Amino acid sequence: MQEITRDTLISRAKELLASGEVDRVYGWKRGEFCYDVTPALFTDAESLEKDFEWGDFCGANLSKYLVEETRKSEGKILVFMKPCDTYSFNQLLTEHRFDREKVYVIGTPCAGMLDPKRIRDHAESFTSVVSDENGVTVSTLFDGDVKLDRSEVMPDRCLNCKSKKHVAYDELFGEDGGTIASGRFDEVEKIEKMTPDERFEFWRGELSRCIRCNACRDVCPACTCEKCVFDNPNSGVENKAAENSFEEQMFHIIRAFHVAGRCTDCGECSRVCPQQIPLHLLNRKFIKDIDGFYGEYQAGAEVGSRAPLVDYTTEDIEPSDAVKGGDENA
Amino acid sequence: MRKITLDRLDEFFAAVAGKLKLYIPVDTAGGAQFQQWRAGAKMSDALNTTRSAKDFFFPQTENLMEFKTEGKKIEIIDVRRENEDFAIFGVRACDVRSFDVLDRAFLSEPADTYYQNRREHGVIFSLACSKPAETCFCGTFGIDPANPKGDIVCYKTDDAIYMEAKTEKGANLMDSVSDIVAEDEGGDGESAVNAQKEIISERMKKLPLASLSTDKFGGDKTAKFFDDPAWKSLSESCLGCGTCTFVCPTCQCYDIKDFNAGNGIKRFRCWDSCMYSEFTKMSAGQPRLTQLERFRQRFMHKLVYYPANNDGMFSCVGCGRCLSKCPIQMNIVKVMKNLGEGGENNG
Repeated sequence: MQEITRDTLISRAKELLASGEVDRVYGWKRGEFCYDVTPALFTDAESLEKDFEWGDFCGANLSKYLVEETRKSEGKILVFMKPCDTYSFNQLLTEHRFDREKVYVIGTPCAGMLDPKRIRDHAESFTSVVSDENGVTVSTLFDGDVKLDRSEVMPDRCLNCKSKKHVAYDELFGEDGGTIASGRFDEVEKIEKMTPDERFEFWRGELSRCIRCNACRDVCPACTCEKCVFDNPNSGVENKAAENSFEEQMFHIIRAFHVAGRCTDCGECSRVCPQQIPLHLLNRKFIKDIDGFYGEYQAGAEVGSRAPLVDYTTEDIEPSDAVKGGDENA
Repeated sequence: MRKITLDRLDEFFAAVAGKLKLYIPVDTAGGAQFQQWRAGAKMSDALNTTRSAKDFFFPQTENLMEFKTEGKKIEIIDVRRENEDFAIFGVRACDVRSFDVLDRAFLSEPADTYYQNRREHGVIFSLACSKPAETCFCGTFGIDPANPKGDIVCYKTDDAIYMEAKTEKGANLMDSVSDIVAEDEGGDGESAVNAQKEIISERMKKLPLASLSTDKFGGDKTAKFFDDPAWKSLSESCLGCGTCTFVCPTCQCYDIKDFNAGNGIKRFRCWDSCMYSEFTKMSAGQPRLTQLERFRQRFMHKLVYYPANNDGMFSCVGCGRCLSKCPIQMNIVKVMKNLGEGGENNG
């Protein structure tokens, strides 16, 4: 259950459209079921009333869409953002990926989203999900209602939410929250404690399921290159399946390196993976290491901040200390 | 009709696996997937596998041949491995239909012999769907999950699996394991299967997409839908990833590439996706410049172009994988409902 209602967001969006402050709205659109919400652009009150959605399944981070959408016209876009989305928004601004003046951000508090994949683990063929302070009631086609605890059906990224604070907005609904000391590095620590062989086997097992659909890259707000090297047929490492599975594994590791220091840990990569590969753990390992080596750093917390990996101070850790050959934590 | 009680299922799998390679759906961290049966493997209860069964005939990556050059001599090395008998257990009616769709693409002249060999060597145990999901719409394409096609059709009840061979290939395999699973003469087979069929038919009627119709689509509808304003809003948030095409049991596009392994060339083919910006790029450039054209291509192919070339057969089987896997939850059902409705805000 979300604190702010759909109607509240719609009426404010209608006001901003009517006043001419904005000429389009990026939000989420209702689908066939209770959960299949699609990011969508709205340009009039009628379509907002009919299709706009705000609720437990609006997990999609809309910030990356602004890169393309802001280029389409001079008008201003209203976009709704959950706290975690605003970190991506700021990171994109830091990288000068769109014009801040063309966007009007409304911050919406978030109680954590629900994960249809997790709901399916408990309730097959479900048709509706009602959540309140007592938990989640899932109605199924053939097995009646199933009552679940909210924590059973939240995605990992929400269970380990790092912040309820909006780091960017023009207008905020509800009370803003603060950052949270979550257990988001617990899984990383477990993997660090593995022997190098165990760790290799763990990742080989997970990454062996990759079908190279590139959804992780395509949804990632840190992946906004105009032309990705993996889309370049002359690169020799073009997308699609590769000659051997080792290349699939390298793809993910290379991508994690590429977004290191820029990844805000929004968790979209793991949300969209059709094979449920916990890709966010690769990124969290980098975040944890950066925090450890250079002091805590949260990408996107401030616009214009210099990430440790692209900055230099005389106190920086020596590379030889950061990476020791054969180090179990390497 | 033959019957194997569930407590003896392992025995049955072992017997089949003694004859040929056997694949069954098992639960993994990535959902149910087909894996080669080994002693102790437990069959998944999931409705369907994350990846479709097309992988068996049209694998994601396949080495076609290798070359070695020495001076001016080129040696062509045969690396073909698709002549091994195998069986897949638990293929759902939608995926069985997908083989018909793929057959028309790969077996029409000139036949793709890699695909053809695999088809000839594969035996399909289909399995009726006792509990369809809310994302299922196979009925839209005339598929009956109570009566799947396949070499051997299976029905699973609470305590047994009933099997009936429908082809010579299927009958031969079943005969070869008849000491484990005998004919169920005078048994409860027929009544148990009929009861199952009735349950499935009743459940199919309750599905939220039960009324989805193909009436407005077909091979002669290119002009009607090509410039439909709804494409804009339907495609505007598409990420351009290949998830829908890769989990789709009927998507059949591929690319052939040469990989320089240093000491020779490996020629392989791999799945390709019309959603990708480089798909069908030619010397003159990219024929589909934006995601709108790429997105349109995929659905026009399923609903218009494929039927135009294949006696009206649609190249979607309603398995629902794209409905549950698309990162932005856009899919063929939304396309079918919104095309031809007039106005882009209906998208």
